Amino acid sequence: MPVLIVIICMSIVTLVPRILPAIIIDRVKFPIWVGQWLEMIPYAALGALIFPGILNVIPDQPQIGFFGGLIAIVLALFRFHIIFVVLGATAFVYLLL
Amino acid sequence: MAEVSQLKRGIKAGIPIMLGYFPIAITYGVLASQAGLSILELTSMSALVYGGASQFMATNMLLLHMGALEIIIATFVLNFRHFVMGLSFMHRLQHVPLKWRVGLSMLITDETFSVTTVEKEVAKEPSGHLFYFGLFVSSYSSWLIGSFIGGFVGDIIPEAISQSFGIALYAMFIALLVPSVKTNYRYGMIAGLAMILNYSLSFIFQEGWSIVLATILASFFGLFFMRRRT
Repeated sequence: MPVLIVIICMSIVTLVPRILPAIIIDRVKFPIWVGQWLEMIPYAALGALIFPGILNVIPDQPQIGFFGGLIAIVLALFRFHIIFVVLGATAFVYLLL
Repeated sequence: MAEVSQLKRGIKAGIPIMLGYFPIAITYGVLASQAGLSILELTSMSALVYGGASQFMATNMLLLHMGALEIIIATFVLNFRHFVMGLSFMHRLQHVPLKWRVGLSMLITDETFSVTTVEKEVAKEPSGHLFYFGLFVSSYSSWLIGSFIGGFVGDIIPEAISQSFGIALYAMFIALLVPSVKTNYRYGMIAGLAMILNYSLSFIFQEGWSIVLATILASFFGLFFMRRRT
C-alpha cells in the first residue's frame, strides 16, 4: 500500500474519534452524572499523560525525567508562569545531560 | 474587537505548546525522512494525523516494514484517547455552532486539550471559541512547520538541546495540574490514581488503551469521591 494511502487511513481513524464528540454532544441528552464525570476527566487525563511517560524523556535514564518533573512541581507551586515552568525543567534536564 | 483579543489571548496561551512541539516535530521530520518518507509524505502525516506519538510509531513501523493494517490499527488505539478528551471539551462548548465544534475537535491533542481544561471559563465568554481557535491553530502550525523543517533541513538543533526539550510538554502538564491540586487536593488524588492505574495497566495493554482506561477509571472514581463529600 502506498505510504500516502496509509497516511490517509491513519488520518481517518484519528479524526473520526476526535470529531464524534462534537457531533453527538447536543444530540444525546446525558444524565447529570455524565456531565460531572466529564468534569473529572481532565485531572485523570493529566495524571495518565504525565506518568509513567515522563520517565522515558531520556531513554534508560528514568531518574532524569523524575527529577525534571520534581523541578516542574516546585516551580509550579511557587506560581511561576507556565512558560518558566517549561523552560526551567528543560534547562534542568539539559544540565543533567 | 472581542474576537481579535480572544484570538490573541489564545495564541499567547499556545506559546508553551509551540515551544514544546517545535523540537519534537523537527525530530519527527528527521526520523521520518531517514525512514524513507518524502517531504510531502512526512508533512502530510503531520497535517492529517497531527498526533506526535502515533507519528513516531508509524515512522518506526514503516522502517521495520510492518503491514499497513497494523500501522492503522495501532494509530487508532494510540489516538482513541482524544475521544474521551473531546467529550469533556465539547461538553463545555455545547452552545458553540456545530461547524466550530467540528473544526476545533479536529485539532484536539493531549496538549491542546490540557490547556483548554485550565482555561475552561473562556468557553462562557463572548467569542470564547476564538480563544481556543488561536490556541489550537498556533500549536498546529508549530507542529507542521517543525516537521517540514526537520524533513527538509535535517537536524538543526543540537541533540542535547532537543533531548532536553523532551521534558517540556510534561512540565507543561505538571504546571497545568498543580494549581488545581492546590485549590482541591482531591484533584491530585484523581491524577495520582490515574498515574498508578496507567502504570499498572501499561504492563497489560498497549500505551493507548492504558491511558484511555486509566483516565476513564480514575475519573469515575473521582466522580463518586467528589460527590460524596459535597
